[in-house]
Amino acid sequence: MHELGIVFYIIKDVKKAAEENGVTHVNAVVMDIGEVSTIVPDYLTDCWRWAVTKEPMLEGCELRINTIPAVTHCDACGEEYETVRYGKTCPHCGSGETWLLRGNEVEIKQIEV
Amino acid sequence: MTKNQEVKVIEIKKSIFADNDLDADNLRKELKDKGVFLLNLMSSPGSGKTTTLIRTLNLIKDKLRVAVMEADIDSDVDAVKIKEATGIESIQLHTGGMCHLDAEMTRQGLDNVPMDGLDLVILENVGNLVCPAEFDTGSCRNAMILSVPEGHDKPLKYPLMFSVCDLVLINKTDVMPYFDFDLAKCEEYVHMRNPKATVIPICAKTGEGVEKFAEWLLNEVNNWKKS
Ligand SMILES: Nc1nc2c(ncn2[C@@H]2O[C@H](COP(=O)(O)OP(=O)(O)O)[C@@H](O)[C@H]2O)c(=O)[nH]1
Ligand SMILES: [Mg+2]
Ligand SMILES: [Zn+2]
Ligand SMILES: [Zn+2]
Repeated sequence: MHELGIVFYIIKDVKKAAEENGVTHVNAVVMDIGEVSTIVPDYLTDCWRWAVTKEPMLEGCELRINTIPAVTHCDACGEEYETVRYGKTCPHCGSGETWLLRGNEVEIKQIEV
Repeated sequence: MTKNQEVKVIEIKKSIFADNDLDADNLRKELKDKGVFLLNLMSSPGSGKTTTLIRTLNLIKDKLRVAVMEADIDSDVDAVKIKEATGIESIQLHTGGMCHLDAEMTRQGLDNVPMDGLDLVILENVGNLVCPAEFDTGSCRNAMILSVPEGHDKPLKYPLMFSVCDLVLINKTDVMPYFDFDLAKCEEYVHMRNPKATVIPICAKTGEGVEKFAEWLLNEVNNWKKS
């Protein structure tokens, strides 16, 4: 399953960051997750709750998710628009020469210790 | 723990793909030093990766020393099929149920491939259009197969996959009459996501067009070796 795999990458990075900072227990992890990153936040938190029971350093650690709205930029007219609502076709000028400005993030923003 | 205990926040601001991207770049450098080209072949399950590989291997095996790594779910079956049909050994990769391979898993697989005198390793990635696009394997080139029954609008639905691929093979052209697959539209959508991608229609069942893929591969390997 996709989300479980992602959780293992998060745990690896969080443990590394904790060790680098001389921290022995992490209380919360805050993630920035883009709207079109293909990650389902509910699945991610479910997998997280299960996975942290196996990690003493992360026992009871909460996962908080900030959703980053997806925004697409149009090269033809220079406007920006909501990706989820309009897809790849610019609602301002109808062009398909568009690219994702943000909304693809799977980032660890911060940890609370 | 008391309620008013101070919370200390440590900023991280790091993509979870960052470490893998580094691993992948390192692996690519090592492969370059060894002179072994790694092709990462991706697609949905059942698009024809194994069938296409068999056809292609038979066309190139006299020109290049090739090995295959199998990561697709039913890989036991695929490895046997490839061995029977081409005589080429394939290494079995264990993804532990994971929906993709990352650079570390690819490296572990390559550790089991005898590299001496080898020119090319082809990796049949896990059948999935999402995660394999996000996790750089360390390959020198990425190729994917889109089969006709999947529809010509796939590049719109899986933009990342198409933007990371150097080559898009459109397979199962023999069933084109039964599906309203618009080849020109499909190419247009691919190029919208990746203007530099090469598109080659093939029919792995009959072998039609596969020689163009073989030619592309030989060229890429030779140019990469010279670069
Ligand atoms: N009609 C048709 N069937 C094909 C073609 N290529 C592969 N197939 C069939 O599609 C199925 C899946 O192929 P396979 O190579 O195992 O796909 P993989 O899962 O991507 O490795 C098999 O039944 C193949 O015989 C093709 O060009 N035309
Ligand atoms: Mg296969
Ligand atoms: Zn995945
Ligand atoms: Zn526009």
